[in-house]
Amino acid sequence: MSHHTVEARDLYHTYPDGTAALRGITFCITHGESVAIVGENGAGKSTLLMHLNGYLAPTGGAVRVGGLPLNRDTLPAVRRAVGMVFQDPDDQLFMPTVFEDVAFGPLNLGLPPGEVEGRVARALETVGMEGLGNRPPYKLSGGEKRAAAIATVLAMEPDILVMDEPSASLDPRSRRRLIELLRSFSHTKIIATHDLDMALDLCERTLVLHEGLVAADGPTRDILRDESILGPCSLEKPLRLQGCPICAPPRATA
Amino acid sequence: MIESRFADIGWMDALSGRDTPLRRIDPRAKLLATLGFILAVLSFPKYEVAGLLPFFLYPVVLMSIGDVPVAFVLRRLAVVAPFAVFVGMFNPLLDRQVVAGVGPWVMTGGWLSFASILLRFALTVGATLVVVAGTGIHDVCRGLGALGVPAAFTAQVLFLYRYLFVLVDDGMRMARARALRSFGGRGMGMRVYGHMLGSLLLRTMGRAERIHLAMRCRGFDGQVRTLTRLRFGFADALFLLGWSTAFVLLRCFDLPRRVGGWILGAGT
Repeated sequence: MSHHTVEARDLYHTYPDGTAALRGITFCITHGESVAIVGENGAGKSTLLMHLNGYLAPTGGAVRVGGLPLNRDTLPAVRRAVGMVFQDPDDQLFMPTVFEDVAFGPLNLGLPPGEVEGRVARALETVGMEGLGNRPPYKLSGGEKRAAAIATVLAMEPDILVMDEPSASLDPRSRRRLIELLRSFSHTKIIATHDLDMALDLCERTLVLHEGLVAADGPTRDILRDESILGPCSLEKPLRLQGCPICAPPRATA
Repeated sequence: MIESRFADIGWMDALSGRDTPLRRIDPRAKLLATLGFILAVLSFPKYEVAGLLPFFLYPVVLMSIGDVPVAFVLRRLAVVAPFAVFVGMFNPLLDRQVVAGVGPWVMTGGWLSFASILLRFALTVGATLVVVAGTGIHDVCRGLGALGVPAAFTAQVLFLYRYLFVLVDDGMRMARARALRSFGGRGMGMRVYGHMLGSLLLRTMGRAERIHLAMRCRGFDGQVRTLTRLRFGFADALFLLGWSTAFVLLRCFDLPRRVGGWILGAGT
């Protein structure tokens, strides 16, 4: 069952322009865990995600996925295991129709056509997009694009789902639908987000990044309540954990 | 203006999404037949006009079996027409040799070749437009690939088509942002357009990198695979063979002259 683990040990990354984005990050995410990665803009969240599927190589330290050290030889296996959902679905939907986009990954895995069709149908059904397979991606709404992007990754049947801001720019109902969808997955989930209420809904564990370091790592409910952690990292308590402004209005400061 | 043009591209896609007899023909048959058509049209001598007219049969038949509206084709033709006009517009000035005359009216070779150029342009570009609109850019690329065109080229066309929409969207947002803060004026003029183009280029490059990443994440190795297989059936062979024969016959036998001769012969 070690397939679904993600481990980073003393991870450093410095961009060619000298920006130190990661400055020694260590964590271990185990099978079936759902982890939120939160932090201010520029804290290193996206850089960290790029390391989890080997798009960026660390300048120091190491990443292990499913027990395998990430290197040139293990890259195909790691990319097969880690499904990555990008922030902008337009980056992920590059084929002329939704169906072909979802089939893109399985076809590259060399699966037989019957199996590919089955996977595409299952993935589209899971995200509630059956019947929209023939649409070109630019004719989808924002919520549908997001769902299609998730389907493209599900069709690869990854062990680990990595998502960058999945709830960004969704209307409240689409956001709720997305949360329910993600909740139904049994994969190991790593979600970088500013949507702390979603983190509270989906992730039992939260990692707080601050200036390229892990500022806190622990149960989501404890961390998102702790103002001494949230404040310095430019974060705020999720709305749900703030008092009701009508029942218990904050004391007037004037 | 840009937005309406943009909607036009989308409409082309909508046209090709329907199930028409034209759509069902294998793209290779359509591409090869159209290539034969273009070669036949271009192989006529410089002053030919009458012999070209029967060739309108091909785009007209394709339009009807592909349910492609005439107005759509004419509009797109009008957009590219200036190129053809520019190519031929000096012919009437340079070639003043009289080739025919009725009373005080004379027809010079220049005007004749100019008319011939315009006809050839309308035929070839029109037929290509109808085939692309009735087939869909994706199937056209698949057909090209199956005919041996390098994958690097067909993939480029596919991506160009897919991201044209995103690029136009980006450009439109930027143009709107500029317009909203220039208060009807020229908004600092051309210099700003330079900056806008530059930042559009940088954005596009950033996006290209992210798309590449997304593709690599799903096992892309340089070849775009698709599930649908092309099948070259009896109907496709018939389409290709029928039209090729028609083009050869129309090219070798001057149909209008024969019909004219026949009518005149019958009249006397």
